[in-house]
Amino acid sequence: MSHGANKADKIKEISGVNPLKCMKCGKCSATCPAFDEMDIKPHQFVSYVVNDDIEALASSKSLWKCLSCFACIERCPRSVQPGKLIDAARQLVVREKGADYLKADEIPELLDEELPQQLLVSAFRRYRR
Amino acid sequence: MKYTYYPGCTLRTKAKDLDAYAKASAKALGFELEEVTQWQCCGGVYPLGSDEIATKLSSVRVLNEAKEKGQDLVTLCSACHHVIKRVNDDMKNVPDIQSRANNYMKLPEPYKGETNVLHFLEVLRDRVGFDNLKKMVTNPLTGKKIGAYYGCLLLRPGEILAFDNPENPTIIEDFIKAIGATPVVYPYRNECCGGYISLKEKDMAKSMCDTIVESAKGFGAEMLITACPLCMYNLNKNTVGDVPVYYFTELLAEALGVKEDAE
Repeated sequence: MSHGANKADKIKEISGVNPLKCMKCGKCSATCPAFDEMDIKPHQFVSYVVNDDIEALASSKSLWKCLSCFACIERCPRSVQPGKLIDAARQLVVREKGADYLKADEIPELLDEELPQQLLVSAFRRYRR
Repeated sequence: MKYTYYPGCTLRTKAKDLDAYAKASAKALGFELEEVTQWQCCGGVYPLGSDEIATKLSSVRVLNEAKEKGQDLVTLCSACHHVIKRVNDDMKNVPDIQSRANNYMKLPEPYKGETNVLHFLEVLRDRVGFDNLKKMVTNPLTGKKIGAYYGCLLLRPGEILAFDNPENPTIIEDFIKAIGATPVVYPYRNECCGGYISLKEKDMAKSMCDTIVESAKGFGAEMLITACPLCMYNLNKNTVGDVPVYYFTELLAEALGVKEDAE
């Protein structure tokens, strides 16, 4: 990806987040249930956007580890809501052709008898376009 | 009392119980759930992006139907509730989404978030009343120690969902008391089960569900109750624990003595 600054603006626009409000308290990362699995942590997302380093964000595996559980969004004392930045970065990626994290062909082998439809529609919506 | 009712995709397939027990219970409690005529899947997760419009339209259609009928809209699945409630908030408070969604919809009268969205548990608390529910219980589940599993979607973000205190909720515990059982409060009751992550990152979901179930068990819960088919799946499938998980509507129907009436 090129035009880092444009992408950062796009992330701010999609997410509606003002990353400059962040006071680096780290509460988002402390409360994130996926913290251990993330290479870029929720509180770091904010700095990457401020520094226009979108290339790194877009290739971060954190995009696919976020659960959309809204813990960081609920518990952010400054209403920065880093989960929205993660989602916007994920949107930028999956809106590009061929960048889906979930391919339809993968589905059959991931299924089991009890798996609810809700899981599939949710995963499709978060992981691909 | 009649409510417009949105079941959602999973309540027609893997979570038929959640729906059937709710309907039997509603009948016993004296209210009717009138299903939306032509509903579509809500999408399972709320589209967070401020420029996401098309993905919000199935919710708008449902909300508008309830508005046209002059009824409140009732949901059962935590995910549907979350999505529809948040889209309703957008339609009410975010002018850009409101105008763009209405441009797509071309309704006789624009939809502006007029519908009141209630989760079935809110109907029990705010319309029926837990005190009244208690009086209508014919088969109290006395002695059962039950842990409420809230998960994320019913509670957060608290400002929009306005379901209960997002960090210290009581609604499901109050429900448990109303059906005659004993609630078990445990720290992980409002932490995430992993949700859709269990499709591709099973280990993550497993570790999160183990933590929840161990926490509940450690505080003495004999069973867990949930309103969410995906929580149900994850807590059953992704734990080594032996704590059974039920839909809250199953225990409700049992307490009201109408479990056998559920279709």
